[in-house]
Amino acid sequence: MEKLIKLVPRGSSSQSMFILAPIFAIFLTLLTGSIIFFLMGYNPSNALKIFFISPISNAYGISELLVKATPLALIAMGLSFCFKNNIYNIGAEGQLTMGAIFGGGVGIYFYDISSVLILPGMIIAGVLGGALWAMIPALLKTKFNTNEILTSLMLAYIALLILDYLVVGPWRDPDGFNFPKTRPFGESGRMPILFQGLRIHFGLIITLILIAFSWFIYSKTIFGFQLKVSGFSPKAARFAGFNKNFLIFSAFAISGAFAGLAGVGEVSGPIGLIYRDISPNYGFTAIIVCFLGRLHPLGIIFASLVIALTYLGAEDAQLFLQIPAAVGFVFQGLVLFFLLGSDLLVNFKLRLNN
Amino acid sequence: MNPYLLEINNICKKYPGVIANNNVSFNIRDGKIHALLGENGAGKSTLVKILFGLVTSDSGNILLNREEIKFKNPSEAKATGVGMVFQHFSLFESLTVSENLILGLEENISFKKLKNRAIEISKKYDLTLDLDSPINNLSAGEKQSVEIVRALLQEPKILIMDEPTSVLTPNESDKLFAILKKLTNEGKTILYITHKLDEVIKNCDEVTIMRNGEVITTCSAEAETKETLAVKMLGYKVKSQVTDYKSVKNNILFQVKNLSKEYNDPFLTDIKNISFSLKEGEIFGIAGVAGNGQKELMELLTGENIDNIRGEVLFDNTNITNLPTKFRRELAIGFVPEDRLGHSAVPELSLSENILLSQFAGNKFSKIGILNFEEIETYTKNVISNFNVKTPNELISAKNLSGGNLQKFVIGREISSNPKLLIVYQPTWGVDTGAESFIRESLIKLSKEGTSLLIISQDLDELIEITHSVSVISKGKLSEPFETKNLNIEKLGIMMGGEID
Repeated sequence: MEKLIKLVPRGSSSQSMFILAPIFAIFLTLLTGSIIFFLMGYNPSNALKIFFISPISNAYGISELLVKATPLALIAMGLSFCFKNNIYNIGAEGQLTMGAIFGGGVGIYFYDISSVLILPGMIIAGVLGGALWAMIPALLKTKFNTNEILTSLMLAYIALLILDYLVVGPWRDPDGFNFPKTRPFGESGRMPILFQGLRIHFGLIITLILIAFSWFIYSKTIFGFQLKVSGFSPKAARFAGFNKNFLIFSAFAISGAFAGLAGVGEVSGPIGLIYRDISPNYGFTAIIVCFLGRLHPLGIIFASLVIALTYLGAEDAQLFLQIPAAVGFVFQGLVLFFLLGSDLLVNFKLRLNN
Repeated sequence: MNPYLLEINNICKKYPGVIANNNVSFNIRDGKIHALLGENGAGKSTLVKILFGLVTSDSGNILLNREEIKFKNPSEAKATGVGMVFQHFSLFESLTVSENLILGLEENISFKKLKNRAIEISKKYDLTLDLDSPINNLSAGEKQSVEIVRALLQEPKILIMDEPTSVLTPNESDKLFAILKKLTNEGKTILYITHKLDEVIKNCDEVTIMRNGEVITTCSAEAETKETLAVKMLGYKVKSQVTDYKSVKNNILFQVKNLSKEYNDPFLTDIKNISFSLKEGEIFGIAGVAGNGQKELMELLTGENIDNIRGEVLFDNTNITNLPTKFRRELAIGFVPEDRLGHSAVPELSLSENILLSQFAGNKFSKIGILNFEEIETYTKNVISNFNVKTPNELISAKNLSGGNLQKFVIGREISSNPKLLIVYQPTWGVDTGAESFIRESLIKLSKEGTSLLIISQDLDELIEITHSVSVISKGKLSEPFETKNLNIEKLGIMMGGEID
């Protein structure tokens, strides 16, 4: 049986299309989004305005955008260390949760103590928590050759269940009227706010520093070079004599540490305590951010802002248009779909068989 | 009556940057073995792909029995009477011979019918076949017989054979030619693609010589000698290398003792008790047909796959048997594996970055893990100019270089790191003649400077040209070494195809 349509490789792929494809994908997402709004009976231009423009039309809105973009960019940057090396860590949500548990745990334990050491202590604990949780799939992969996609994903659910257990069990706030949440951290356990009256916090600065640091690692160090080579060609990495297991462990550790840090950032930043829903799927959405940003530091910053906007837009759409907030996820899904589609068409051309 | 079965008229095919076929015209007589001779990149493969419907030509036409043919795909070619045996076998290794045969057919027939037809064909042309044996139990020659029978089942008028002896031992090649003779006696026509001169003279009736995408001439093979064919094929005379024995010192630099490894994998060859030694400045060759353990041995010597290895590898009196690749390099051992794209070089990375691939250790280009790009660039530029690598600059991706240029670059990279020992697998595989002689000269020059070289190659001519001594690898065993200057090719050939005690 001859197939009706054939995919023919284009040979060389162009650098400009590599950058243009994500932009094209965003454009197609907006186009499809307006069709969806239209079919739902809304005026598309008005709906898009409420979705994408009004949320960031004032200082508070921009601060909220950055509050959401911060964990996304941080996690995505960490994930890029794995993805560059062709390791598919999709359990960042679990690593984030573990970061929140470890870091938050420190904050809860010292809730009534005032010291400048508490926040750094929480950050270190959170980084460790995320990194250690990420080491489990790394260990399983290097020792037993398990598929990290499965193990990292399953561990994400385990982490969420541990969080659940803690907030309804041992860590439940004694003064909290039985609500499933912990007691709030003390003032020393909170991220400093950058601007009075806005929620944007010190985590943004840490994130920007770490993104710059990652860029440096990628482009200027032997370690970054090793990640790149093993991503492109495992055989060449073996020929060069890179230590494959070391690279797997460090990629997992870095991405886990970044996700863990994002977790502490959330609980010690905007939230201030731990409860069930500390993350609206940041760990999973960051995968989209990472690919939309082409695993590149600047791209990831840009993509994190775009995706953060879908979160805000969904909230506003729910508020002002009574559209379910889930439409935000629809937009995220559309972006990923169109990105993968454009990538396919950048690398292959379609040929009809007659 | 028209004596020509196939007439090829003014075929042109352009690819971006190259004219693969430029006005190619020649005719093939009915019932003859017609050779298509040319070096790698001369345009033979493109023409064959056009004949078999894998590629369409830009212009020109082809007549089979005076009727124009233009195939959209290989199925049409097969149905019209063009059969093809590829250089690399396209057989399913875990299926049996008859299963493979039936998969190659367009029509639906029962196994019983197929077997009868296959037996009939194999009897007619003296092809020995065990129809129920799985492919991975067969030798290269037997696999080729399967490919030939598969092509013959379609009852082709013309059978195209693409470099069929590249995977065969000299004895197996002789058998193949006997079969081809038989086929032509029974009225089949054969288009025989090759770059081996003696095969043309010994076994073919007519020969068409191609160079740079153009037909140089078509003539009777009888009237030609190796020398006259070589001049036509290359466009110039080749000077033959003379290997100098003076550079070989007496002390042993590298020694392998009873090296063994079992893989428990039907697609890999177990390494059985291999021993050899290299003196300083010596070029030692390992000859053999592909798939007899060369790849596996290479991985043991580079340190890429050394789990559960038995025996000893000594370098400079140090035991390096279990030493990882990186540390072997730090002892000044260089490696060049067979595959350029994705093994010895990363196609997506720039030439500068590819330099780093084998030179990153020992703080050569870095301080505390941070790279010094200026130094890398200077080093890359030196490799490019010293080894005649044709490239616009050092920032271009490795995939944009031709095979010959990339190989010169890879070998240049290793030589520039001043190795005491250089291990090369297939130094000139798939490169143009210019690069080939340049690479061989560079290797000989290196040995004169005192470096020991181990060359694993399937190209016997290459080993004869550059080595001091040669051993044969067959089924994972290595023969004793022979001095290259007194080499008995026939004896070597028998060992390449058989058991080594």
